[in-house]
Amino acid sequence: MSAPEFELLEGEHPQIILRGDWLISTIGQADEALNTALSNWQGDAPTLDLAGLGQLDTAGAYIIDRTLRSFPDLSPMIVGASPERMSLLEQARELATRSEHAPEIVEPGHGFVDLLERTGRGAVHLGEEAVETLSFLGETVVSVFRVLIRPARMRWTALVSVMEESGLDAVPIVAFLSFFVGMVIAFIGATTLAEFGATIFVVELVGIAVLREFGVVLTAIILVARTNSAFTAQIGAMKMRQEVDAMTTLGLDPMDVLVAPRVIAMVIMTPVLAFIGALAGLGGGIVVCWVALDINPTVFFNRMQDYVGLEQFWIGLSKAPVFGLMIALIGCRQGLEVGGSVQSLGAHTTKSVVQAIFAIIVIDALFAILYMELGL
Amino acid sequence: MSGEIAIRVRGLTTAYGEHVVHKHLDLDVRKGEVLGVIGPSGTGKSVLLRAIIGLKRPSEGTVTVFGQDVIDLHGHDHGALQKLWGVMFQDGALFSNLTVRENVMVPMKEHADLPHGLMCELADQKIRMSGLETWTGHQYPSDLSGGMRKRAALARALALDPPLLFLDEPTAGLDPITAAAFDELVRDLQEAMGLTVFLVTHDVDTLRDTCDRIAVLGEQRVIAVDTMEALRQHEHPWIKEYFGGPRGRAALAGHEAK
Repeated sequence: MSAPEFELLEGEHPQIILRGDWLISTIGQADEALNTALSNWQGDAPTLDLAGLGQLDTAGAYIIDRTLRSFPDLSPMIVGASPERMSLLEQARELATRSEHAPEIVEPGHGFVDLLERTGRGAVHLGEEAVETLSFLGETVVSVFRVLIRPARMRWTALVSVMEESGLDAVPIVAFLSFFVGMVIAFIGATTLAEFGATIFVVELVGIAVLREFGVVLTAIILVARTNSAFTAQIGAMKMRQEVDAMTTLGLDPMDVLVAPRVIAMVIMTPVLAFIGALAGLGGGIVVCWVALDINPTVFFNRMQDYVGLEQFWIGLSKAPVFGLMIALIGCRQGLEVGGSVQSLGAHTTKSVVQAIFAIIVIDALFAILYMELGL
Repeated sequence: MSGEIAIRVRGLTTAYGEHVVHKHLDLDVRKGEVLGVIGPSGTGKSVLLRAIIGLKRPSEGTVTVFGQDVIDLHGHDHGALQKLWGVMFQDGALFSNLTVRENVMVPMKEHADLPHGLMCELADQKIRMSGLETWTGHQYPSDLSGGMRKRAALARALALDPPLLFLDEPTAGLDPITAAAFDELVRDLQEAMGLTVFLVTHDVDTLRDTCDRIAVLGEQRVIAVDTMEALRQHEHPWIKEYFGGPRGRAALAGHEAK
């Protein structure tokens, strides 16, 4: 392949002589030079001499035709082109000058105004999302009760399979992470409390923090990452491939078939996982106390019975079903919102995870206020 | 049409696990012809296409494209060969996070050294060439209808002016008018650019309007390769059924009426 070249011959009969191969892989080199040369062109329309031209493809034809078109009122001539070349050039001309019916494009507004508009829309959207999630909650509750009243409608296989996938399979990671968080709390607490000579209070710290908050919140966050996103992706993929539509036309309600088993499974399994998380967290605390602080497990348990109390455990565990419900609910709702495209699946999965984490933190705060008002 | 061979497949055997798709399959595609590939569902038409473009590794046999062995090609050589072909997949396989114009520019960025402005102009030209209007270049694949997506996919396949074009069921799922326009487009482009086209299809009309020769796959091999007229006289039961069945007859009757 040789580089595309051109030569301008000015004079009474100006000429542009083209040589070399004018192919998509080579014309990059000639494009700019040709543009500069033409912008400085004065005088009559030149004759284009293609006799010495090597190979030509549609990209080369486009450039040559563009050169011709840059002399609008003058009419350049082509010499030395074979019929095939002429037809390539004619095709290029036809494509470049074909009339089109573009729809009107809405001009993007001013940057700052746009920002305000987006903010406004975002705020309204947030409200709408909250209302829609609530109405979805309503629908789900109806569906779940329908299933509970008539257990024959229950999809037992789906229920058990979800319980295994999102419950049992999550046990190792929940236990592992809770154990480490328990250790961290004990260590950090011990360092600070030691300054006051109150190392023993680490038992209350670990007990209350793990039982009341960390066990259940950490479990919920792991489940958001693991299960909520999976629900959205599963249901979203089904939605994309029109499986959900097929279900509806076959007389199956997606709420009963897809949502109810997932919600019920999560409401059952989240407390179980939160319980395991709490135990593992305490385990982490006990290990640190024993190894690093010389508080042996017997002392730890005695002190927990005396000063932490069972109600902390129940407070923590009481939040778990609510978290489980929210995780399943938001996951399923966003899954059913997915449209036909791959981006929409990605966007809704992200949205699902963000909303679920948001919901869990907010609900946890509401529970904290509630129990405080109750004096617990 | 020259007698040169663009694609030469010899003794190709492909399998997915235990399931053998092709066994000692031979096929030649001549330079400058449109070869239609037909066959009952599940006879590995798409698999053959994938084997030729190097996406599916055969367990035996050789595939040469323009004299180069495709199967054991790596790195630079493979890149050079990829410049010589454009592939249009069954569902278009456009990158959904890029606009149509950006999709068309992907192969240009990868394989050609062009200034950005010129690249945009050329991409727009390809988009118009495939029968779309320039403004569709700014849309995302999800905004387009099925037929438009296929055209956009064709524009991307044509981006580098490849001498060899692979089309996997280009007219499947299109309405007859759009499908006919697509056939004409492929034929026009083939004539203007002297392309060699490897076309997998189910559509008798497409075969009639665009293909020079037709290869029939079946029984893990190529049963017959010939022109449509010759195949109509073929004794193989499936081929007889194919061209003699109601759809085949209707398409051919339409042809004779013309």
